[in-house]
Amino acid sequence: MRMRPLLTLVAGFVVCATVASAQMLEFELPRSIEAGAPFSITTSGNGKGVFYLVGPGQVVRREIQLGEKVVFSPGEVHSAGHYIAILAGDDSTRTAEMDVTASMRPATLSFLAKPSRLSVDQPNAISGVVYIFDAFRNLLLEPKEVSFELSGTGAAPQTRTVSSHNGVAWVRLNSAPKAGSGQFQARVDNVTEKRIVQEVSGEPCNLRMSAHKSGQRVAVETAPLLDCRGNAVPDGTIVTFKETYNGEETTVDVPLKRGVARTELPARNEGLISVATGVVMGNEIRWKEGQ
Amino acid sequence: MSGRLLAFVITIATAILLVLGVLYPGASALAMAGRGAVGSMHSYSSPQAAVESLVDAIGRRDWGLAYDNLANKSEFTEPEFVRDLNGGYPSLRTYATLNSFDLHPLHATDDSAEFRISMHWSSVVGMFDENRDLHVLRTQDRWQVAWPLQKEPRVPPQVIPVNYLRWDVIYRGPEDDWGAQDVEAPHVRIVDMHPIERAGGVILLGEVLNEDVVPAFVSVKATLLAKNGSSLATEDAFDKMSHILLPKQVTPFRIDFQNVRLSAVDSIRMDPSSNLIAASADPVIELEDQKLAGLPQPAVTGKLVNQSGQIVNVTHILGTFYDNTGQLVWVADAYANRALLPETPEAFSISVPADISGHVSSYRVVAGAYSSSRFQ
Repeated sequence: MRMRPLLTLVAGFVVCATVASAQMLEFELPRSIEAGAPFSITTSGNGKGVFYLVGPGQVVRREIQLGEKVVFSPGEVHSAGHYIAILAGDDSTRTAEMDVTASMRPATLSFLAKPSRLSVDQPNAISGVVYIFDAFRNLLLEPKEVSFELSGTGAAPQTRTVSSHNGVAWVRLNSAPKAGSGQFQARVDNVTEKRIVQEVSGEPCNLRMSAHKSGQRVAVETAPLLDCRGNAVPDGTIVTFKETYNGEETTVDVPLKRGVARTELPARNEGLISVATGVVMGNEIRWKEGQ
Repeated sequence: MSGRLLAFVITIATAILLVLGVLYPGASALAMAGRGAVGSMHSYSSPQAAVESLVDAIGRRDWGLAYDNLANKSEFTEPEFVRDLNGGYPSLRTYATLNSFDLHPLHATDDSAEFRISMHWSSVVGMFDENRDLHVLRTQDRWQVAWPLQKEPRVPPQVIPVNYLRWDVIYRGPEDDWGAQDVEAPHVRIVDMHPIERAGGVILLGEVLNEDVVPAFVSVKATLLAKNGSSLATEDAFDKMSHILLPKQVTPFRIDFQNVRLSAVDSIRMDPSSNLIAASADPVIELEDQKLAGLPQPAVTGKLVNQSGQIVNVTHILGTFYDNTGQLVWVADAYANRALLPETPEAFSISVPADISGHVSSYRVVAGAYSSSRFQ
């Protein structure tokens, strides 16, 4: 019976000591910081401890002196997301949570412009998608004004301004009626990103050729090859000349050079010369001696 | 016991045959082997032996020996003789080996004889044949061949101004951001496709158009599907198509499936693919005087004329054949075994199967050029 008050006293002492010790190990963590921003954590307690900060793609471990501040320098905690902080003392641990948000200042844009090459005068054929990132490659989830501009082919520039949603903004634009290299630009604040969209001519329109004597042969030459919008068909486009005479054929595949295709064929009286490119047919010439 | 005896007999017989084969090799076996004891084949005691000795030396590329034993070597030099057989410029012929030959006597007297020789050359793209009519003369006690030299034309030294058109491609690099734009693959389209059943298999014939404004490296893969959707066979068009297509250029393709019945095929899945490729628009090759010869050896024949200043080492000629409704009925190809010199016509011939030639109403021939200095 004499022992009971003693045991009660010892147990009470242990509990009080433990509670006191636990109360001594504390730290204060900001609820939210901007990615890359400097911040510090105030700790309390005595002795040595280890501080862990665990977040998406990043873990920081520091051996600290309890009761001192833990300082994080600019750029040290840079990945946006939800973080868990753990302070481990000799005989207890404490945890806390905080959020790291993307910086409000856009630094880079990932600009996907497709296609990189297309025919002129195609409605809603060019798509531009912009992902906005801060300096630490965190997606900026806050809405931002993104301006898109397609220019550079001689036609009036097309501009659109859209607001980003969850870090993404997109637009669809028409290809210009004139062929050329289109400059497709996306801008957010002072950050711009540029892509080249090659707007090329459509199918050749009104393929015409002429023929004249050239020594013992017939020189055939197309008129400058244009599409139906008046754009020059690109050099290198294959034009096929064909001469049919007395059951025999002569064919030549000639690439356009400086807008025209020219070659020479055998001079055959009453030979029928035709021209085509791809699936587009041109005119025919019946060659006559003395022509 | 009888099994042991049989094994013994087979072993002995094999050994005897091996010894006989080594001691008395066949003439064309020696020529094909391209080696063997020099002089073992060199008999000039009969017209046929003289021809066989010459072909043996040609097969072993022993040009000196072959030239020394010609009856008409005073008419040309040894380098001219070598150029006739080997080609003056690098070509398929330069790297071909004489696989075999056939000899047909045409005429013989006491002092002379005529032979037609068919030499079967083996090249990296298959066999090609060469026929020559040989005149064999008796000089004292030996027979010698008068070689019918075909002088390969030489291009006179000159400067040919050429306005080359060429495309080069810059692709995105590994260090580029994931959003960085890459160059678009060329747009190609299958404009015609027709399966036929032939020789116990299915053959797919078709045509592909590069409808883009840039050159494309094109390949076509086809999968035959059964009624239950399972795959019967998958094949690619390999040599029966032109893989490099310039803008608006059309190539035929042919894909052969062995041992598949057309009746078992429910549908065909076509997978054309294209990649950008650095290419040149030259050289331009004219296909002159094309005509379709009928039976007994149906073929499209004509002449290739290189309109550019560049020497073409290998020319691939592809023929597309249509019936009177415009339906594709056949795709065939051939190679020029000699280099194509500027403005120098070179004959070509594309064979057509006899049973198909009767259905051919029209055709289209295209040529692809490969130069050792650059691709296309």
